[in-house]
Amino acid sequence: MTDPAVLTIDSVRSAMRNKQTTAAALVERFYAFIDDADRQVNGYLTLCKERALAQAGKIDALVDQGAELPPLAGVPVAVKDVISTAGVRTTCGSRMLENYVPRYDATAVQRLEKAGAIILGKVNCDEFAMGSSNENSAYGPVRNPRALDRVPGGSSGGSAAVVAAGTAVVALGSDTGGSIRQPASFCGVVGLLPTYGRVSRFGLVAFASSLDHIGPFSRTVKDSAQLLQAIAGRDPLDSTSADVPVPDYVAALDQPIRGLRIGVPSDAFASGLDPRVEARVREAIEVFRRAGCEIVDISLPNNQYAIATYYIIATAEASANLARYDGVRYGFRNKDAATLAEMYRRTRDQGFGAEVKRRILLGTYVLSAGYYDAYYKQAQRARALLAADYRKAFQQVDVILTPTAPTPAFKLGEKTGNPLEMYLADIYTVTADLVGIPGISVPCGDADGLPVGVQLLGNYFAEARLLQLAHHFEQLRAQAPASAQA
Amino acid sequence: MSTTIAQTSLTAAAEKYEPVIGLEVHVQLNTATKIFCGCSTRFGAPANSQTCPVCLGLPGALPVLNREAVVKAVRASLALNCQINERSVFARKNYFYPDLPKGYQISQYDKPIAEHGWLEVDAKNGGTHKIGITRLHMEEDAGKNMHEGFADSHQFSYVDLNRAGVPLVEIVSEPDMRSPEEAYEYLTRLKEIMLYLGVSDCNMEEGSLRCDANVSVRLRGAEKFGTKAEIKNLNSFRYLQRALEYEIERQIGVLESGGRVVQETRLFNVSEGKTFPMRSKEQAHDYRYFPEPDLAPLIVSSAWRDELAATLPELPRQKRNRLMNEYGLTAYDADVLTVSQELADYFEAAAKGSKNPKAVANWIMGDLTAHMKATNTTLADTKVRPNQIAELAALIDEGAISGKMAKDVFAKMAESGEPPRSLVASMGLQQVSDPAALEKIIDEIMAANPKQLEQYRGGKTPLFAFFVGQVMKATKGQANPALVNDLLKAKLG
Ligand SMILES: [Zn+2]
Repeated sequence: MTDPAVLTIDSVRSAMRNKQTTAAALVERFYAFIDDADRQVNGYLTLCKERALAQAGKIDALVDQGAELPPLAGVPVAVKDVISTAGVRTTCGSRMLENYVPRYDATAVQRLEKAGAIILGKVNCDEFAMGSSNENSAYGPVRNPRALDRVPGGSSGGSAAVVAAGTAVVALGSDTGGSIRQPASFCGVVGLLPTYGRVSRFGLVAFASSLDHIGPFSRTVKDSAQLLQAIAGRDPLDSTSADVPVPDYVAALDQPIRGLRIGVPSDAFASGLDPRVEARVREAIEVFRRAGCEIVDISLPNNQYAIATYYIIATAEASANLARYDGVRYGFRNKDAATLAEMYRRTRDQGFGAEVKRRILLGTYVLSAGYYDAYYKQAQRARALLAADYRKAFQQVDVILTPTAPTPAFKLGEKTGNPLEMYLADIYTVTADLVGIPGISVPCGDADGLPVGVQLLGNYFAEARLLQLAHHFEQLRAQAPASAQA
Repeated sequence: MSTTIAQTSLTAAAEKYEPVIGLEVHVQLNTATKIFCGCSTRFGAPANSQTCPVCLGLPGALPVLNREAVVKAVRASLALNCQINERSVFARKNYFYPDLPKGYQISQYDKPIAEHGWLEVDAKNGGTHKIGITRLHMEEDAGKNMHEGFADSHQFSYVDLNRAGVPLVEIVSEPDMRSPEEAYEYLTRLKEIMLYLGVSDCNMEEGSLRCDANVSVRLRGAEKFGTKAEIKNLNSFRYLQRALEYEIERQIGVLESGGRVVQETRLFNVSEGKTFPMRSKEQAHDYRYFPEPDLAPLIVSSAWRDELAATLPELPRQKRNRLMNEYGLTAYDADVLTVSQELADYFEAAAKGSKNPKAVANWIMGDLTAHMKATNTTLADTKVRPNQIAELAALIDEGAISGKMAKDVFAKMAESGEPPRSLVASMGLQQVSDPAALEKIIDEIMAANPKQLEQYRGGKTPLFAFFVGQVMKATKGQANPALVNDLLKAKLG
C-alpha cells in the first residue's frame, strides 16, 4: 500500500471502493505508523482503536454490500483533544481533565462519523487551547515534523503535526485567535477557519465562546473543502450556529479566479515580520496577479487594536468558561483540602498550568467591578470597529491576503519565557476570530527549510471563495515549484 | 439591642420611624423542561436523575433557550404591568458554589426582559397602593447541596442537580412598602397573579416561590432612605412578616441607642425568630457580570408580545371589581371568592344561573367551604355542582323550603350529589306555602285555643309567637314562616 503521508480523502475513498484495501486494514496500518512515527512528534494523546475498528467495520460492510459509500468513507481522522468524544478521554491538554471521559459526542464528531470518517484518536494541544506553540500541554510539547527541534505552532499543534507527519489524513482543530491557521503555517499544511456559526461548537470545550471555532486541517485544499462539507451547517444544540445553507465547496474549487480582487492591507508587511516570510508572501501575491487576480491596496485602520482587544475578550470569557473545573463533579480534585474554599483553591492551582492561570487572572481582572468599562466594554467597542473595517473592505475586494504568522516555526523553549512575544505570533490571525469571518492558511513555500503559509480572509460565509483561491494557488505552485521555492 | 431599652420607650420610638421595604421574589416557572436543556423539571425525582451534559455543566455543552419559559416570563411581566424589552440579553453571573455546575449562573443583568411595572395592593386605610416593579428577569435555578442523611455526612456534602436549570423569574420591587403587613399583602397578591396566570405553582415548601427582603428605617417625614439590610431565607409568608417585624425593631433599636445600621446581608433564623448577619466572606461578591456569549440576545417582537397579552386571563383584582359590580358582592365576599381562579369560576358558574348571587356566595363561602375542609376535598372533587347551589338558593327564595331545611338538604347533597329539588321531595321537606291550606290550619288552632285568642286580642301581643309555634307544630315545621306570619297577623286581627 502507498505511503500514508500522501493519502487524500479521494484516494482513500477510491481505495475502499476498488477494494484495494479494507477500512480495517487501513486503520491497522495507521496505528502501526503512529506507533512508529508519533514517538518523536507526540501528536496523539489517546488512541481509540476499538471505536476506529467498529467504524471501519461499518465501512467495510458497505463495501461488501456494494452500497454507495459516504463522502469520507474510511478516511482516518485525528481530533483535537478539546472536542468531546463519547467514551474516549478528552483531556484538553490539561491535568485537570486527565481522566475525564465525555458521555456525549460533539456535533462535529458525530457528523464526521456519519460521513464515514474513522476517528483514530485525540491529539495534543495547548492546555484548553491557550497558546501558540503547543508547549502549554500538560502532556509534553508537540514537535514539528518538519523540524523536530521546533514547535508546531498552537494551540492545535497536534492536529497540524499529525497531518504533516501523515499519521492522519485530515484532522479537526479549533481556532480562537489563530489556533488552526498558525500551526498550519508552521507545519506546512492547509488550515481553515470557518465563519463563526458555520460549524457547531456543541461539544467543543469552550475557551472563549464568542471566538471559538472548529475547523479542518489537511494536506490539500480539496480535503479541507470535503471535511468542511461534512461538518458545516445549523445545529439546534448550538444557539450561535447559523441557519445559512451550506454550498457545494468542492464544486466551487475549479471555478475561474481571473478578475477576483485581492486586498492587501497596508500593514500586512509591518515591522516584526520575518523577511523570509515577507518574500514568500510577496511571491504568493505575484502568483495570484499572474493568474489574473487584481491586487488592491486596502486599509484596516483599527487593526492595531486587535491583539489587545483579543486578549481582553478571550480571557474574560475564559475566566467564566473555566470556572466549572472546580473539583466538585468531575476532573482533578485536591483531596487534602480541609474546607470547600481550600479545595477550590488547591484544585485549580494544581490542575491548571501557568498560562491557563495567567489568562483566568487576566480575564477575572478585566471583568471586575471598576475595570469592566475600561477593559471589557472598551474591547467590545473596538471589536465592533474592527468588524466595520472588514465589512467596508469586503465592499472593495473579494478576499484579503496577509502572512499567516510573522515568522516560521520557532525553536522549542524560545518564547516560553515571554508571554507577550508569544501573543504576537497571533498578530495576523486574531482579527478574523474577532470579526467572525473565515480564513485559510495555505503553504506558500519555505524559509530555510521551514514551511511558510499565506493567509486569505473572506467575507462572512465565503468559505467557498477562500477554498477556490487557495486551491488554484496550490495548483499553480505545484506546476511551477521553482518560483515558490526561491 | 432591644434588651437595653425598655419595651415601652421602644414602642414610642417605633412611632417616630417609618420602615421602607422592597422585595426580591424568585418564582419558578412551571415549564415541563428546564430553561436551557430538555431535562424534566418534575419535583421529587431521585437525585441527579433529571440531568444532562447541559445542566451538569459538562465541558463543551451549550445552552438552548426554552421558548415556553419565555412565554411564561412575558405573560408574568404583562400581568405585572411591565414594559417588555424587545431585546434583552442573558448574562453570566460568576461565583463558585458546589450547587452551581458551570461556576456561573445564566441570568439577565442590565437588559432584563421586562421593567417598569407595578402591582396594586389594598392599603391599610381602604383604597389601594401601587407598588412599583423595578424589573423582572429570567434566570436558571441552581442545584441543591445536601449536608445530612448520608453515612459520610460528617465528611462530605452531596449535590443534587435536578433543580439546576429550572427556569426562574426574579421580580424586584421598588422600595415602596411601608410595613411588614404591606409586604405580606404584596407577596400574597403576587402569588395570586402567578397562580391565575398558571405560570408557577408558587409552592413555598418546594421552593418554587422564594423571597428576599430589603429593609431600612427612617425618621417619619425624612426624604432619604436609611441604610438597608438584605434579609434572606424567608421560606414562608409568616416568616417574611416575622423577620421584617424583628428587623425593623432591631434597626430602630440600633438607631435609638446612637448606633448606625450596617449595610449587610442577614439570615432569618426561624427557631429564634431573629435575623443574623451572614459571614462577611459570604457577602463580598463581585459577580463580574458579562453578556452570555453562548446565547443570542432574546428578541420579543411587539407582535409576539401582543399575541401573549391576548392570552392573559382576567386577573384577581379585575375579577374582584367585576364580581362586586356584576353580582353586587361586598368587597370581603369578592376577595374570598377570588382567592383562586377555580373558586371564582365556581362562583360565577353558580351565580350566572341564579337570581340571588349573594345567597350563592354565602353558600359557597359557608357550607361548601366548611364541607370541603371537613372532608378534605377540593372544588375539583366535590359532588356539589355549581347549578345545584343556585337551585338550593332558589328553593329558599321560592319559599319551597326554609333556610334551616336547606342546610339539611345541602348536607345530603354534598354526600350524594343528588340535585336539591329531588332531595326535598324524597326527604319529605316540601314547605307548606299554600295559603288556603295554612288558613284552614290557623282556623282550627284559633278554634282550639279560645283563651289565648282572647288574651292576645286583649293586648298580650307576645302570644303571637305561641300561635306561630302551634302552626309549625301542626305542619311539622314545614310551613312557610313568612306566609304564616302574614296570615296570622290578618286572622288574629
Ligand atoms: Zn439537562
